[in-house]
Amino acid sequence: MTYIDNSIFFLLQILFFGFGWLFFMRQLFKDYEVRQYVVQVIFSVTFAFSCTMFELIIFEILKVLNSSSRYFHWKMNLCVILLILVFMVPFYIGYFIVSNIRLLHRQRLLFSCLLWLTFMYFFWKLGDPFPILSPKHGILSIEQLISRVGVIGVTLMALLSGFGAVNCPYTYMSYFLRNVTDADILALERRLLQTMDMIISKKKRMAMTRRTMFQKGEVHNKPSGFWGMIKSVTTSAPGSENLTLIQQEVDALEELSRQLFLETADLYATKERIEYSKTFKGKYFNFLGYFFSIYCVWKIFMATINIVFDRVGKTDPVTRGIEITVNYLGIQFDVKFWSQHISFILVGIIIVTSIRGLLITLTKFFYAISSSKSSNVIVLLLAQIMGMYFVSSVLLIRMSMPLEYRTIITEVLGELQFNFYHRWFDVIFLVSALSSILFLYLAHKQAPEKHMAP
Amino acid sequence: MASLDRVKVLVLGDSGVGKSSLVHLLCQNQVLGNPSWTVGCSVDVRVHDYKEGTPEEKTYYIELWDVGGSVGSASSVKSTRAVFYNSVNGIILVHDLTNKKSSQNLYRWSLEALNRDLVPTGVLVTNGDYDREQFADNQIPLLVIGTKLDQIHEGKRHEVLTRTAFLAEDFNAEEINLDCTNPRYLAAGSSNAVKLSRFFDKVIEKRYFLREDLVSKNCNLLPYSAPPFYP
Repeated sequence: MTYIDNSIFFLLQILFFGFGWLFFMRQLFKDYEVRQYVVQVIFSVTFAFSCTMFELIIFEILKVLNSSSRYFHWKMNLCVILLILVFMVPFYIGYFIVSNIRLLHRQRLLFSCLLWLTFMYFFWKLGDPFPILSPKHGILSIEQLISRVGVIGVTLMALLSGFGAVNCPYTYMSYFLRNVTDADILALERRLLQTMDMIISKKKRMAMTRRTMFQKGEVHNKPSGFWGMIKSVTTSAPGSENLTLIQQEVDALEELSRQLFLETADLYATKERIEYSKTFKGKYFNFLGYFFSIYCVWKIFMATINIVFDRVGKTDPVTRGIEITVNYLGIQFDVKFWSQHISFILVGIIIVTSIRGLLITLTKFFYAISSSKSSNVIVLLLAQIMGMYFVSSVLLIRMSMPLEYRTIITEVLGELQFNFYHRWFDVIFLVSALSSILFLYLAHKQAPEKHMAP
Repeated sequence: MASLDRVKVLVLGDSGVGKSSLVHLLCQNQVLGNPSWTVGCSVDVRVHDYKEGTPEEKTYYIELWDVGGSVGSASSVKSTRAVFYNSVNGIILVHDLTNKKSSQNLYRWSLEALNRDLVPTGVLVTNGDYDREQFADNQIPLLVIGTKLDQIHEGKRHEVLTRTAFLAEDFNAEEINLDCTNPRYLAAGSSNAVKLSRFFDKVIEKRYFLREDLVSKNCNLLPYSAPPFYP
């Protein structure tokens, strides 16, 4: 019996590993060349073990395979993931950061160990201000590590959740779309090209001045540093003085051209969205947007109530939904059978959407901030975030499951103060959602005044 | 001073290959100290002596338009970039010798820039795939520059340089491989400097001296080496 169980788990892990590998190659690193395969392996391994945890939850609900082998795999999986998140990934992040700095190239290992020790120190200190543990646990237990990983992960989840809950209706609904006409875009493009022409004419003057200076044998020294500036006040050739002046004007114009470029790109994007909203799909998303905005308001309301009244939900949505249907609507059905299937579907949806949402967000982040030098470090950071995120999802998903399925999570993760995590999630969610609303409101208000130029 | 004639040359390539460093080196003969991301487009000007050392020597301004971004950008960014591709006289394609993907992306870059300007010469627009014949008909001179040469091991150099030679051949262009942080690669008299000078001369010729030929003939254009019809 156990051989079959173990081989099934192993096969599924290989499958997840392959999926993580493909995602890395096709999506994340599609513009870069993979030179350090270690990075790709680490990313795929983190992804594989994180997905295995979700798979174990699903198995728990569906009661697939032997209960004791499930418990064993839970424990083993958890140990491996913690090992990766606390030891391996931070060490490699430190190693790659140090490799980028030329000075420390010789003693790479030494400095990366130092970096890792600093990380461990701050990681440990993180646990102090939070009431997350009961005092009966020793120093080197799983609960210590999980509790800290959980804090970081829950904060991340709440931040992303809060921003997503506000941003989703804002992007879906066409009510917020500014009216952009082709004339607006053309006017902005004309301004951009005019600015470029002005920059070019100034640069032509500079190039000619440099050439005449070079032919006359003068040398242009850019005033650098404190003494350079003082010296340039008294002694400087008229040519180089001119150059510095023009250079300042050029800098200002270049800044203007950058802003105009970004605004034009923004207008094009808005125009595309307007066209998209007229299609069938666009109208469907618009409708979804209204629905999500109501959901978002409700979530913010519930979070506030939870914090103000110090309330902790005792029952999960599935049982509560069933109770409501049975008691108030008088529909009778087999509670046990349906609760299992409905919670499977609900938990499945939550898992799939959170994995997909996280991968998409990570990809966007990666494209925005990575360069060919820092791509390794950033991918490892993303792997770390992904691992912590998934571990805390398991923590929080416990709330959405009926009592009989919660026991395995409680058993495996040990006696954590789960209520604290939910409270912390609510607080950060509220803060994130409210600041996102403020931020989007300011951004929205500022934009129309810039474009509706006479 | 500003009354000299000008030509416009685009500098295209993936993010991080060294276009800004290259343009700075070409225009100011100095190494760029603090490279940072190019947002939008940054322009610099180089003063070039056409047919240097001959009686027909004339000075021109060469505008180098360094367009930032990646081939996979959102279509709104691509539409915005397209405004820079108007009336281009030459294109410099820059790729990173240590990153194969940046070389492969050059095909897409050139298609993006050339598709904008194909109307006057009547070349058909394909579905975006690379087509060598399309480049054979292309009237805009191309130059392929590989950067970060110093970061290639001696042992791998031969393999990399063979690969880039094929690349340049595909574009029907000359190629230069250098390191943008070292001015000696473009020192006066070196083969790289000669190739660069020839490229700029070709761009100026196409813009100012073969114009009449382009207008009178339909699509059967003279090969570059044929002498023009005026004394």
